[in-house]
Order: sequence, then structure tokens, then C-alpha cells
Amino acid sequence: MKTVILLDAAAIDRAVMRMAHEIVEHNPQPDMLAFVGIRTHGAPLARRLAAKVGEICSRTFPIGELDVSMHRDDLDLRDTPRAVGASHIVFDVDDKTIVLVDDVLFKGRTIRAAMDELNDFGRPQCIQLAVLVDRGHRELPIRADFVGKNVPTALSEQVKVLLTEVDGKDEVLLQ
Amino acid sequence: MKPLRIKGGRVIDPANRVDEVCDIFVRDGKIVPSAQASRGDEVEVIDARGKIVVPGLIDMHVHLREPGRSDQETIETGASCAARGGFTSVVCMPNTSPTADNTSTIAFIKQRAAAVGCVNVFPTGAITKGLKGEELAPIGSLKRAGVVAITDDGSCVQNNDLMRRAVEYAKMFELPVLDHCQDYNLTANGVAHEGYWSAVLGLRGWPAVGEDVIVARNVLLAELTDWRIHCQHVSSARSVELIREAKRRGVRISAEVTPHHFTLTDEYLKDYDSNFKMNPPLRTTRDRDALLAGLADGTIDCIVSDHAPHCTHEKEVEFDMAPFGIIGLETELALALELTQKKLMTLPKLVEKFTVNPARLLGLNKGTLSDGADADITLIDLDRQWKYDVGKSASKSRNSPFNGWDLHGKAMMTIVDGKIVWRDE
Amino acid sequence: MSATTWTRKDLLGIQDLTPEEIIFALDTAAAFKQVGKRTIKKVPPLRGKTLVNLFIEPSTRTRTSFELAAKRLSADVINISAGASSITKGETLKDTALNLEALHADIIVIRHSAAGAPHFLAKHLKASVINAGDGAHEHPTQALLDAFTIREKKGRIAGLNVTILGDILYSRVARSNIWLLTKLGARVTLAGPATLVPRVFEQFGCRVTYDIEEAIRDADVINLLRIQHERQCKTMFPSIAEYAAMFGLNKERFARTKPDAMIMHPGPINRGVEIDSEVADCSRSVILEQVTNGLAVRMAVLFLCARGL
Repeated sequence: MKTVILLDAAAIDRAVMRMAHEIVEHNPQPDMLAFVGIRTHGAPLARRLAAKVGEICSRTFPIGELDVSMHRDDLDLRDTPRAVGASHIVFDVDDKTIVLVDDVLFKGRTIRAAMDELNDFGRPQCIQLAVLVDRGHRELPIRADFVGKNVPTALSEQVKVLLTEVDGKDEVLLQ
Repeated sequence: MKPLRIKGGRVIDPANRVDEVCDIFVRDGKIVPSAQASRGDEVEVIDARGKIVVPGLIDMHVHLREPGRSDQETIETGASCAARGGFTSVVCMPNTSPTADNTSTIAFIKQRAAAVGCVNVFPTGAITKGLKGEELAPIGSLKRAGVVAITDDGSCVQNNDLMRRAVEYAKMFELPVLDHCQDYNLTANGVAHEGYWSAVLGLRGWPAVGEDVIVARNVLLAELTDWRIHCQHVSSARSVELIREAKRRGVRISAEVTPHHFTLTDEYLKDYDSNFKMNPPLRTTRDRDALLAGLADGTIDCIVSDHAPHCTHEKEVEFDMAPFGIIGLETELALALELTQKKLMTLPKLVEKFTVNPARLLGLNKGTLSDGADADITLIDLDRQWKYDVGKSASKSRNSPFNGWDLHGKAMMTIVDGKIVWRDE
Repeated sequence: MSATTWTRKDLLGIQDLTPEEIIFALDTAAAFKQVGKRTIKKVPPLRGKTLVNLFIEPSTRTRTSFELAAKRLSADVINISAGASSITKGETLKDTALNLEALHADIIVIRHSAAGAPHFLAKHLKASVINAGDGAHEHPTQALLDAFTIREKKGRIAGLNVTILGDILYSRVARSNIWLLTKLGARVTLAGPATLVPRVFEQFGCRVTYDIEEAIRDADVINLLRIQHERQCKTMFPSIAEYAAMFGLNKERFARTKPDAMIMHPGPINRGVEIDSEVADCSRSVILEQVTNGLAVRMAVLFLCARGL
């Protein structure tokens, strides 16, 4: 099985910077903007995005984390059930423009679970989706508003995102 | 009925100190010397080569449940179990419904046994009316009706004065007194031996002292009255010690033990399987070893099954609520033979526990292969390996903890009064 | 978050669990505790699953806790208690359970006065069986919530001095706690009247003492057990008054405990017997938090066991 480096640290940084600018362009009134990252890797990405957008707009934005384990629809089917963690959303979700952040967009089920869970916290005005990598093979009608890199993949392949905050380095691999 | 010649088996007849390969001859339901056997008639030859030939085995503690609980067992089915287990005589307990505390019930049992029982059935009568431990049963009349002993088994007389009077009275009629040794207060609500396992499993404990205290009482009363008291199904190390010491002093105390007590321990209760729930309960390895030592040195006189059938729906409930007891006639011999396989005693000594000893304790004219004796004979294959399948049992009940066990040694033929009542295919 | 996984469909007792499984369950409970703080206190993992509370031995508190836990996981809940018709008509436990399975119940939470009743059910049913207390044997979710509370407040369980005080002999809470605490490396001391705290429990890895003062002096956690009227007769100790005087955690005794010693009780408390009112209500008592944590723990247990059904 060969491994290809899709994005190195510098490329990741550039992608995040570009996405931050796109978010600002897309949201001319950023007052109600908030960032919610999906565990595990979506969370540090959300923090990076929020920081970069914050720099551009000279303000800070609320950041939250979702652990979508309790909302997954494939709980029974996983071979190794993952441990469940707690979600942390300390700000009021009502009327906000939530930018949902995840590392890889694949079948779309994680995003569906995240939207369900977000709804339990309140009623956002709108939800936008930012992902570092879109690898195709959607099973649900979900699309990302902001994409770091589009990578066509085979189903058998794996896209692995490593981030310094979690894994000690920045790298996106295709296996 | 043809005369029989049981040919070439190893005959073990402890009463006559016989242990050799020879033939046994049977005519008209009695053991006869070879010369008298045929008298011109054709003799049926039974090939006993490689087998052990012993006097028909006696189990002096079984529950046949009839009258009253024919759903659990009948005299007929219980006797079939006995025959399959190699037993030619069984002694049945009086906790039937109605209780065997009156001559009519005894008459009924004897009549049924004669009609449908394929082995000899000897009834016991109650010590007290209804087994309540309050008033004496009509012991003299029960003797006349044909009981071989009195016992309140299932229950135990708690009032020591009443027990003393019962023993004195029974002595007049030469009736041994059998006692199910249990102090009700010490064992109240108990379902498992009080010890490590009952603590782990959260089951109410039944301390060994609840048996020991009554064994001690029986030793003292046997001494006082100079009569025979027999402690049923002893299960604790201290009981064995008390009986050993009493025998040394010449007290007329005797004891029996069941195969489940000398084979299993309370650890088997781990899965809350009510097939391991009996009264007295399974105890520790120390107790089990003491029972084995007691058998080996003669402190314990007999082995019995305490065959106690219960319907499946009665046993298949929460452990606390299940009735006590297991069936055992069909597995008894194999479990006992393990004692010889483990070299804990010789085969002749083991055979005594099933023949001369119970016969002597109850005054039965059984348990020998002497000339003129009733032709009750059991053939045993020591080497036979078999798996116990309770589904195929002759019992109406299925409550055995030994289902699926690989056993070593089996009765191959059971002869009662010269008639083959069961043979293994 | 731990790397272990949970593959059991039943929770019958703590005795069968590994320390890793226990920690995994506690970590999962931490996630579920957070759900109770949301506006919408509901998550969907057990949506469409049916849970039956089969409480042959009555209990309002535990049953309510399981019911709420199940509902917050979006399960459908049925409550059956003793005295309910078919059981008093003589239907056996086995038949009751098989009937429930015929109705496609997914999870059976059972409380029963007979030890081993949950094991009996698990043998006969395909559904998940959760032990909510079986006789004197085990009460696993109680021990888990006790452990959760200790871990939350003290940061750890290993190395802590935990004293369990009261009726150990007839207590399923005691047994489950003993298994869990010893598995996780706590030092467990059992204390109470000699009739209710037999020395056989030393074989469980605990210290047994009848000197109450000594038992509580160095304790980091003191877990008080109820005097159980329903399971004892009056031969175990002379009277409630004597128990309270000799073994109760009254104000005076409490003053001699360590300044940071935590007071726990599985409830319901007998004020003035095992524990003085003021002690029960003081800041070092976590009795009410145990109740809150009980909900999170039960959500975690239901979630873990019902997966893969």
C-alpha cells in the first residue's frame, strides 16, 4: 500500500488561509459568526480557522466542539466502537451563522449527525460547512461551502489528516 | 423363570469375604450352590467375564414421591431408575403426601411397589405426625405395617426431648432412627453453605454448624438410649469428626453420604444453577475431603443417593425459590467408583457401603450372595466409559447436575429375585 | 479517552468486569453527564429501542433513574413492578421474560430480591439484561456511579482509603463497591457490627474492623450503607438506637474524620440512624451528586450494552 502526501504543512496553512478569506467574503456581516469543529481533527481546524478569520476581521469568534458519537446512524455497524466524548458548546447557538468544520468530507454521514446534534443545542440562522479535504463518494445530499482541496479517491483508499495539535505534525496523506 | 448361571465374573461378596473369579447360580429366585442349579432344566448363562458380580446394591435414602407427587416421580419410575443404576433395593422416605405416618399410606406404598416396582422397595415411617416434630407417629403400628426404620427426613425433630422419647420408643420395636440433621434456627432461610461462595454470590448462608449441632445431639441421645441413630446425608467435616469419636466410644451412631457431597463443592454454585441446590448444601473442599476420609476409614457406613425428583418448571426458577434436591440413582454408582479409581478405597470396601452395611443397619436380609439368599445381583463393568444424558433418564424429573458428565464404570445388569429387571444394551 | 472497547450485551455484575472496562464505562458516563446540562436533554442512540424496567423488588429511585436515562437516550420505556397482575398470578420469572421478548423488548432492566435472577434471565433471553440489584449479590450501576463520583471529586480511585460502613453481609451495594474499588486499586476498609460484617470479607481483599473510630479516621471516602429492615431480622443487632449510637456517623464522629473526607450514601438515607441530618446536608456530603451521576452512568451503561442489538 503506497502512501502519497497530498498536502504538506505549508500547503495546509495556505489552504486554511484561503478558506478563511472565502469565509469572510461569503459573510460580509460577521457579527453572528461562530465556529464548531467536529471531533477529533475538526476541532483544532476550527480553532485555526476562527483565529485566521479573527485576524482578518480584528475580532474573536466563539468556538465550540461536537462529539457526534451519540448521533451517528452507523453505531451498530462499526467493528470497533469508539469511545464517546462530550460536546462543548458554551455559547448560544440561536440565530448564529455556524461554520461547521471537519477534516475530511466523505459520505456525509458525520455532517448529518453533526447537524442533528447542533439542532439539539438551539436553532442556528444558517450552517455553512468548511472541510480541509473533500474526497467524494457522497451518500447523502451534503456539500461543503469551503474546501481546502478536492481529491478524487477510490473507495478502498484512505485519507488521513494529521494535525500538530493532535498528532505532532501537519500532513494530509492518501493511502 | 429359568435358572441362571452367571459365569466367569469377579465375584465380590464382602459378607462372605469372597473376592475371586467364579460362577454364581440362581434357582427359583435364590442363590444356590452349583449342583442344585439346573436339576435338568435349561440354565440361562450370563457371560460375566470381565465384569464385577456383587450382591444387589442397596440405596437406603431415596424419594419416590408417591403418593402425592406423581408428577415428579412414581414408585414405578423411581424403581426403574434404581434398576438402571444397579440397585436392587431402595429405602423410600416418608415425606410423601399424605405423609407416611399412618398404616394406610405404608400399605399403599407396599402394594404399589409389589405391583409395579421392579426392585425391592422398603418404606420408612415418620417419627412424628405430619413430620411436624410435635407428636409421635404411631411407631408400633408402622413397624407392624412393615417399615424398616423411622425418619422425619425432609424435616428434623427440633425438640430434643421429643427426639429422645422417639428413640426410646423405637428401640422397643427394634426400629433404627434415621435423622436429617438440621437445626432450623441456625439454617433459617439459608440456600447455600455459609462461607466464601455464599458471600460472593449474595446467597443466604447455611452454616455447617446447623448440621453439626444436631449430629452432636444424636450422638448424645444414641449414647443415652443405647439405640441406633443414623445420620443421613452428612456433609460437614465436623459431623464426620463427631461420628468418628462417638464410634470409638462404642456409641451406636452411623452415617451415610451422597455422591454429590463427596464429588462437588460450593464453588459449583457460581452460575446460580439450581441443580446444585440441595439440602444439606454443597460445602467446601475441606468438608468434601473429610467426607472422603470418613468413607475410607469406615466412619461413614453407606453411600446413598437422596434421589429427590423435582419437575423442571419447579427447578427452573430463581435460585432462592428453587426446591432443594437432585435425582441421583443412575449416576450414583459411577461417582462412587471414582473412589476406587482414585485409590481412596478398595473395591470390596466400596461394595460394603452398598451391601452389607445398609443391610446390617436396617436389619434387612439382603446384601449377600450366600447360599439361600435372595438372588439380588448386580453386574458392573468397571471399564465402561459413558456420558450421562439426563434426557434419557427413567425418572420423570430431570434435575441432575451431572448431565453431560463423562463417567467411568456402569451397572450392566440388575437381577432381582433371580429375574433380570434391567440390562444395558 | 481510553482505547478499550465494550462488547458486552449484559451488565450482570462488577465481578465480571476488567478494570479497563470499568474505566471505559466511567469515561462514557462523563460524556453523557453533559447531555443533562443542555436545553434539549435528549440524544438519539436508543431511538426505536424498547426498554423494560422489570422491578420485581420495588424501588422508586433506581427505577426512575433508569427510566429517565432510557428516555434521554430516546428509547421507549415500559415499567413493570411486582404486584402487577401476571407475576402475582404465579407466572414464573422465565415466562414473564419470554413474554417480554415476544414483544421485542431490547433491554430488560431487572431488580429482584433473589440473587442470580439477572443471570437466570440472561441465560434464557436474547435481549440485553441489566442488573439493577439482585438480592444481596450485586448492584453494578450503583458501584459505577459511586466510582464516578469519587473520581470526579478526588481525581482518582487508586490509592484512596475508602471505608464502607454498615450492613455489609446483606448489601449488594457493598459487594459491587468492594469488587470495583479493589479492582481499581483503592484500599477498602469494611466496618460495622460483627454480625453484619463477617471476617470472610477479608478474602475479598478488604480490611475488616469493628473499631468505627479507626475505620473513619484516615478515610478519604466514607460510604454509609442503609440499615435494611426488609432483609434482616432483629437478631442481627439489638435496636436502631443502639446502631445509631455505636455505628452511626453522627456529628461527633464526623468531626474526627479527615478535613477532606467525602461522605457518600446510596440512599435513601435514614436520618439519625446511619447519618446525622447535619452530616447528610453538609458540604462534604455528595449524596445528591451521586443521584445526578447515577443518571449519567445509567445512560452510559444502556448505551454501551444496547449497541449491536
